Amino acid sequence: MDTGFIIEKFILVAVIFGISLVIAMYSTYAERKVAAYLQDRLGPDRAGPFGILQPLADGIKMFMKEEIIPTTSNKWLFIVGPGLALLCACIGTAVIPWGSPMEIGGKIVPLQVADINVGVLYIFGVVSLGVYGVMIGGWASNNKYSLLSAIRAASQNISYEIAMGLSIIALLLMTNTLSLKTIVEQQHGWHWNVLYQPLGFLIFMVCSFAETNRAPFDLPECETELIGGYHTEYSSMKLGFYLFAEYINMFVSSAVMATLYFGGYNYPGMDYMATLLGPTWAPLFGTAILFAKIFFFIFFFMWVRWTIPRFRYDQLMNLGWKGLIPLAIANIIITGIVIAIIEKF
Amino acid sequence: MESLSNKKKVLEQKPLSFMERMYLPAIAKGMGITISHLFKKEATVRYPEVEREFSANFRGMHSLKRDENGKERCTACGLCALSCPAEAITMIAAERKPEEKDLYREEKYAATYEINMLRCIFCGLCEEACPKEAIYLDGPIVPADYLRKDFIYGKDKLVEAPLEMKK
Repeated sequence: MDTGFIIEKFILVAVIFGISLVIAMYSTYAERKVAAYLQDRLGPDRAGPFGILQPLADGIKMFMKEEIIPTTSNKWLFIVGPGLALLCACIGTAVIPWGSPMEIGGKIVPLQVADINVGVLYIFGVVSLGVYGVMIGGWASNNKYSLLSAIRAASQNISYEIAMGLSIIALLLMTNTLSLKTIVEQQHGWHWNVLYQPLGFLIFMVCSFAETNRAPFDLPECETELIGGYHTEYSSMKLGFYLFAEYINMFVSSAVMATLYFGGYNYPGMDYMATLLGPTWAPLFGTAILFAKIFFFIFFFMWVRWTIPRFRYDQLMNLGWKGLIPLAIANIIITGIVIAIIEKF
Repeated sequence: MESLSNKKKVLEQKPLSFMERMYLPAIAKGMGITISHLFKKEATVRYPEVEREFSANFRGMHSLKRDENGKERCTACGLCALSCPAEAITMIAAERKPEEKDLYREEKYAATYEINMLRCIFCGLCEEACPKEAIYLDGPIVPADYLRKDFIYGKDKLVEAPLEMKK
């Protein structure tokens, strides 16, 4: 534990934190642009060239708004709720390997904040904690719509976490490890897990839509039934925190999907690029590839949002419990049998 | 009972087939439709910079006309104000002095002439009522503004530019 190590980690944490906040900021802009282009419109184009200052204007607006805390709310929990939502969204980035170890000035620097041997479990823990922000905020608002929405969010997340966990188990049967770093290293080149686990990936992806409360599973905030959902009573930057947390969640789950199933920073021909670019720039190129994958998934999230209408609540529960969970179990059984056969012969 | 018009359609709700219950084929089809719109031309007109082309009989902002000698045609008869269904037009008449002979065509003229653009519905009845062919709705779109008082347009904005300025 020398000082260099602490400084190195501190810089890495600051950079990742900054990047995830900027990406969340520009996701709001991208969402509006994607929505506009998919509907033959233009989207925001007034603030700055092509409207690229729009997130900044939105941020200033959020800060300038009057902040209202309802008198009947539980004030302390009302304030904790959005903070918790944002915190849980941000700490998920800690275990994701952003690139292969990089050489800076003769020193090997791993581009991952913490390589813990239970990385996948950590991600799951953080994701399940995320619902507490929604739960606490919805309950503390002391508003029946917020409470209904919070209950919806909680039951939806619990239902889909089961299917998500089961889909991951099939993956873990293949990788034999929970460490995200090792999982990524196993997918060297084009040996991406999605090629071996297409069904598992499909289930994981559907569940991550539900976990991030994105359309078509955005029932906790469906306006027609619940006004604004759990953030009905929130105003000003507290509302901004909730909206921000949703976009950071989207970024993190895109990163997890890219890491677990799409090879993380691996790409076909990476060995050739490593000799071409050297030990400093090759990992950075890998990071760029990882971000390209992440941006594709973020775009995919938006693309789905502007295509599919919202599920009804009973359809959501049917799909989760009667559709995805049996499918995930079948996937585990098939994977287990195939692995047993391969090992036998 | 038999339908008399023969237009009745019986809709039956069939249970979803296996493929339909999977949702995925339908979702893939829908995603294909939305992505195809990404490459279509947008329908938006960027208004302040670009203006939509109007038809020849488009009714925009009013203008008070001058005759061939550059004199104001309006004689403040008040028929436009009377015909206005939105009561947007008000005016005060005054008598022309001998030295103002080049400014106004008739002995009576409008000293003030105001149109409230927030009230106006651009129906064109004032144009039809005018016996002197003094008012026409041949201008552009009335621009947006911040204060209500700024929407009351006086003669400074409505009267056509004098002849020498036009050249």
